[in-house]
Amino acid sequence: MSIKRSLSSVPLRISTLVMLFFLSVGTQVFAANPDVSDAEEAVAAGKSIFNANCRTCHRLDQKNVGPALRGVTDRHSIDWTKRFIRNSQALIASGDAEAVAIYNEYNQLAMPAHEFLGDDDLMNLLAYIEYGDKVDASAAAADGGSGEGAAAGGSGVPSEYLTIILGVLVLVLFLILVVLGLIISILTKYLNTQKLEEDDEQFINQKFEFAKIFKSDAFIIIVTTIVIALVAKTAIDELYTIGVQQGYAPKQPIAFSHELHAGQYEMQCQYCHTGVELGKSANIPSANICMNCHMHIQNVDGKDGISPEIQKIYNAVDNNQPIEWVRVHNLPDLSYFNHAQHVAVGGVECQTCHGPIEEMEVVYQHSSLTMGWCIDCHRQTDIRAAGNEYYDKLVQLHSDSKAALKVKDIGGLECAKCHY
Amino acid sequence: MKENKKTYWKGLEELTNDPEFVKNAEREFPEAPSVLGGEEGSSRRDFLKLMGFSLAAASLAACEAPVRKAIPYVNKPVDINPSIPNYYASTFASGGDYASIVVKTREGRPIKIDGNDLSPINGKGVSAIVEASVLSLYDKQRLTGPYINGEKADWSSLDSEVKSKLASAGTVKIVTNTVLSPSTQKALDLFAESFGGAEIITYDPVSNYGIRKAAETSYGVQGLPTYHFDKANVIVSFGADFLGTWISPIEYARQYGKGRKISKESPTMSRHFQFESNLSLTGANADYRTPVKPSQSGLAVLALYNAIAKKAGAASASGAAVEVAHLDQAANELWANRGKSIVVSGSNDPNVQIVINAINDLLNNNGATVDFSRPSYFRKGDDDKMNKFVADLKAGRVGGVVFYNCNPVYDFARGEEIEEGIAKAKVSVATNGSMDETASKVQYIAPDHHYLESWNDFNPRSGEYSLSQPTISPLFDTRQAQDSFLAWAGDDSNYYDFLQDNWRTSLFENQSETSDFQEFWDRSLYNGVYSVNSESSSVSGDLDISSAATAIGRTYKADNPGTELAIYTKVGIGSGAFSNNPWLQEMSDPISKATWDNYLTVSQKWAKDNGVKMVEGATKKAKITIGDKSLTVPVLVQPGQADGTVGLALGYGRTKSGRVADGVGVNAYALLDASKGFTNYDITEGVTVEITSDSYKIAQTQTHQTYMGREFVIQEATLADYKEDASAGRYKPQIYKEGEFMKPSKVSLWKGHKYSQHHWGLAIDMNSCIGCGACTVACQVENNVAVVGKQEVLNRREMAWIRIDRYYSSPEGSSSNSELERAADNPEVTFQPMMCQHCNNAPCETVCPVAATTHSSEGLNQMTYNRCIGTRYCANNCPYKVRRFNWFKYHDNKDFSAVNVAQNDDLGKMVLNPDVTVRARGVIEKCSMCVQRIQSGKLTAKREARKVKDGEINTACATACPTDAIVFGDMNDPNSKITEMLKIEENTTSALKEVNEERAYHVLEEINVSPNVWYFTKIRNKEKTEA
Repeated sequence: MSIKRSLSSVPLRISTLVMLFFLSVGTQVFAANPDVSDAEEAVAAGKSIFNANCRTCHRLDQKNVGPALRGVTDRHSIDWTKRFIRNSQALIASGDAEAVAIYNEYNQLAMPAHEFLGDDDLMNLLAYIEYGDKVDASAAAADGGSGEGAAAGGSGVPSEYLTIILGVLVLVLFLILVVLGLIISILTKYLNTQKLEEDDEQFINQKFEFAKIFKSDAFIIIVTTIVIALVAKTAIDELYTIGVQQGYAPKQPIAFSHELHAGQYEMQCQYCHTGVELGKSANIPSANICMNCHMHIQNVDGKDGISPEIQKIYNAVDNNQPIEWVRVHNLPDLSYFNHAQHVAVGGVECQTCHGPIEEMEVVYQHSSLTMGWCIDCHRQTDIRAAGNEYYDKLVQLHSDSKAALKVKDIGGLECAKCHY
Repeated sequence: MKENKKTYWKGLEELTNDPEFVKNAEREFPEAPSVLGGEEGSSRRDFLKLMGFSLAAASLAACEAPVRKAIPYVNKPVDINPSIPNYYASTFASGGDYASIVVKTREGRPIKIDGNDLSPINGKGVSAIVEASVLSLYDKQRLTGPYINGEKADWSSLDSEVKSKLASAGTVKIVTNTVLSPSTQKALDLFAESFGGAEIITYDPVSNYGIRKAAETSYGVQGLPTYHFDKANVIVSFGADFLGTWISPIEYARQYGKGRKISKESPTMSRHFQFESNLSLTGANADYRTPVKPSQSGLAVLALYNAIAKKAGAASASGAAVEVAHLDQAANELWANRGKSIVVSGSNDPNVQIVINAINDLLNNNGATVDFSRPSYFRKGDDDKMNKFVADLKAGRVGGVVFYNCNPVYDFARGEEIEEGIAKAKVSVATNGSMDETASKVQYIAPDHHYLESWNDFNPRSGEYSLSQPTISPLFDTRQAQDSFLAWAGDDSNYYDFLQDNWRTSLFENQSETSDFQEFWDRSLYNGVYSVNSESSSVSGDLDISSAATAIGRTYKADNPGTELAIYTKVGIGSGAFSNNPWLQEMSDPISKATWDNYLTVSQKWAKDNGVKMVEGATKKAKITIGDKSLTVPVLVQPGQADGTVGLALGYGRTKSGRVADGVGVNAYALLDASKGFTNYDITEGVTVEITSDSYKIAQTQTHQTYMGREFVIQEATLADYKEDASAGRYKPQIYKEGEFMKPSKVSLWKGHKYSQHHWGLAIDMNSCIGCGACTVACQVENNVAVVGKQEVLNRREMAWIRIDRYYSSPEGSSSNSELERAADNPEVTFQPMMCQHCNNAPCETVCPVAATTHSSEGLNQMTYNRCIGTRYCANNCPYKVRRFNWFKYHDNKDFSAVNVAQNDDLGKMVLNPDVTVRARGVIEKCSMCVQRIQSGKLTAKREARKVKDGEINTACATACPTDAIVFGDMNDPNSKITEMLKIEENTTSALKEVNEERAYHVLEEINVSPNVWYFTKIRNKEKTEA
């Protein structure tokens, strides 16, 4: 589950990308060690190794928990780099000056050993570090900056303009009405000063009898029906929203920002939500998981001192007092939901249900979490059966049908799948 | 095809067609549902007011959702993942009852107990008591810390006071139940030594001293023999309820079950003779059962000895002749199966047990089915020593007394005397976990952990060891009793290290598998059990029975005119140690089907003579007097009760166990006879029973949910008939359609379901179901089934998802009422577990107006509580009567907080299964075939990208069953056990499987609801002519 941005921001992003690409070609030139391959396969292979092992702490062009890596083969010898990656602690222990310098620079934070990486793996990794995703940092920055505007904008006329235009139209029409009314009264007054025949006089001064209309059966029936229908509609709509907490964004005890962690730093969701592929509960991370990084990162934006929000984690750990987060997504007890089924087996993205979590400064409930919403998805979603022997028989039995095998076809709409 | 023409009935009122019974049977729900508290009915206006108010309140409440917290760990333990269960091997032991178990924990809370498959003793089976013991961990009545003279105290002052006072107390005695743990024994010995060699006195609430004593006399063996019922072709039991309550019932049931499995390929099974006074669970399973008076039982054993001695050419013993039906037949068959038979007796009289030893020896069973070379240690109680202790205590000769987790004031015959005596001791200490009858009398209470919070080891049998480990941090400020003993002995090591050291020196150093102690320890702890291999052999000894025979001749009489009392233990309550557990109180007794009571079981003849008529639980109370003790108990008419005898169960009449059990029933321990040097459970002299005018209602479930006179629910045959025709006893209904007769399944209004992936089903072998009820408690624990209390059971509203129907039957041809009643003096018994049948043509599904009950694509009949509006149409339309209605909100309701503790207490709620909804008021519920387990098993398979393996998903009832009578599986899987059992040759996707097993049948096949639960006919190992 990589972090995906919402579609609306794509056009903007592409243009920035193109612009930045030219910029970067012009300005960012690394003198990478010529022994490092720039072959596409090597970069691709390196990327997967990087994502699996390094990404939590490193970025290519940005200082994170560890240093920005691009250009590492320029700064150090390839052989040294490999030894450092394999087992930095051993290298530091041996008294290697370069290693010790880096160790001290990064708060004596030990990097785990990667003895399992072979020579080829390391060369691929270095290929990615030097030649992969060149616009990584700038794209992230650009996206971070333009995220809010892009989210609000859609295609066509923005909705608030529409309201204004309609408002103006209503105003114009009302003015026309007033003007017409004035004209009528002026004309009537003028005509009354003139000598007219009786018929004409009657015509001009005829009384429009509203009372008659109000008392007519047809009117009463129509109005009553409309009123009842409106009340009923409102009542039913309201009743349907009882217990639906869509948009619920409670204040949390710590102002934790998913936008910062999952958005800017692109941390994997599973890094903190460890249970998401194991079982029913995705797990709110325990404080010791926060401490993996916040042992070292004590403030935001390179400020000095300890951020008061991060201090709350330290307090929790020091006092052995768990952090009482406010639950955002509350399913009723009568329905059973299992994260592992959806994420590990079904391959559903976190964002499908939780929305653009990487853009949320404060987490809110994106989906309605109603049964209708669940069922709709079960009707539309294909089973991810490829490579899963469990589904073989179902796929085989379904092979006559032209439509793809959906969740609904294998009992995904049955009561006891969620209610027991 | 031979249909059987027996008459089956569930209770005497059904047999006699009592009008009250007929009226109730026709009604699905009892008339005029009562309202809790107060009888004044509420008017319609009140109802409307209330409705208006609650509607308004509901809409107001809905405006703002309550804030819910999500609280993660500060430091998450590596092996605990929220929502994923962990399993730990451990051991249950109480008063000599033993089971090696696996404890399921969720987020660090034990919530379910299963048997440990690796255990050579109980295997995967458990009993109701073991299954329910997890709730006792969360019992509010547990002590939360140490007490001194009834005041809460702290551990350090308790320790210093106990140490100094015991040192100056003079003679110190330690009283305990059987200690199975070698390390605990060592700690106790250390403690005893440090106080001048204090004597350790062991007694058991349910004593088997007689067997121990006899083993010592005959063979010089310390311990009980190890029995092998699975190796016996002929089983003869004199009053030993070895399937229900005797010594190690789970183990024996497991062995017995193996001998009762039968198939066309191997049509053999054990033959079981039972001679007993009360109708026990074991007697109910016997092929031949003879009611025998307790006063005759010793003579019956002697008669069997003489019959066998005659065949063996050994000297016979003198004894009064006694007429016992089937005894000669038993002797003949035992002789024919020498070395492959077994004779046991439940008597606590050492003389009787000596004769039993001699019989087994003559039959060459010694070393084959009865093994003295590898003795069992389940009961170490010494009644003689205990009686001497009571005398000493009473005489004030005991300076200090320490009770180690035992409650003799309640559960020893001379409890009252002990209660008096404790006050005479200078120092009295108890380690009991609750303020029970004994603990409330002592000065110092150092409460022990619950067993699920403790470390311990066990040596239940020579060469067999097991461990228990904590599955939760201590809930209260309690301390493991062994730690207390070590502390008082001045040893400051903790018991965990002590235990490990003990294993290092006694077991690790005598094995050669591994040289690393940690590895040895970890593996033993992981497995929960550790065995030292040793061969069994026969033990020779002194088998002269002449003195025993003389003693028997003196004690037992062939013709005793007086009423006799046989005191027994119930499967669910046992000794009463766990009686404060509502799951056990509400479990209906396998035989009497009564809940929440003990009662005097009487024969029909006695009832008639004394003018007692029992209808639907309504009965009279009787006063039973023995010497100067008397008790007033309700009377229950029990078919099968030996004439001239009455029975009364132990384990009731607690006064200080807690709010669940206090005041339930009467305490029969007071009636036990301790005058003979052993605790005598058979009182043959001086018993008078008088009927009083008090009416009483016993909450029995037996006549609830009947089949409205439909026949062939039970299908059975004799072994002889089965050998001739594998479909013997089967009823094969035919439906007439368009000129021909056909199977009911060929005629259907329905198109039929398609099950493309799974087709879950159950196969229930009525031949190996012994009716023990372990499944019913397992289901209650797994599925958060509410306990409703006695009054609601009387209102026929018990919530059990699985019940064991107990049918009595009379032989064919008895037609008149009087004949039937005579037959009912000793009826045959059949047990039938009954749960939702998950019908493919389910009658409940079609009548639900809101589609709250529907059919799944895997063959399950699904019940959706949140959709149910409580019309109860489905329950009315269910031919099996397995749907239960929530008449009340049983959770968070003070009216039920005293009985339904698992859904009312903060503490009790910790036992709930978080994967199963706690049902609200006004909805129907029923067996879901443990759909939560099915879903979780499927998910595991999907995550590992493979098919579901047979056996990895199992229902709670099937897991708990000690005899494997219930088998769950996928009928679409060609390799599953259920497919093999039912002989399904083609695993099609059709709901209607072609089942080729002749014994398999559907209950009520003629109505073609097409269940997914199959029953296998019961086969009785009887001669053909006697069917």
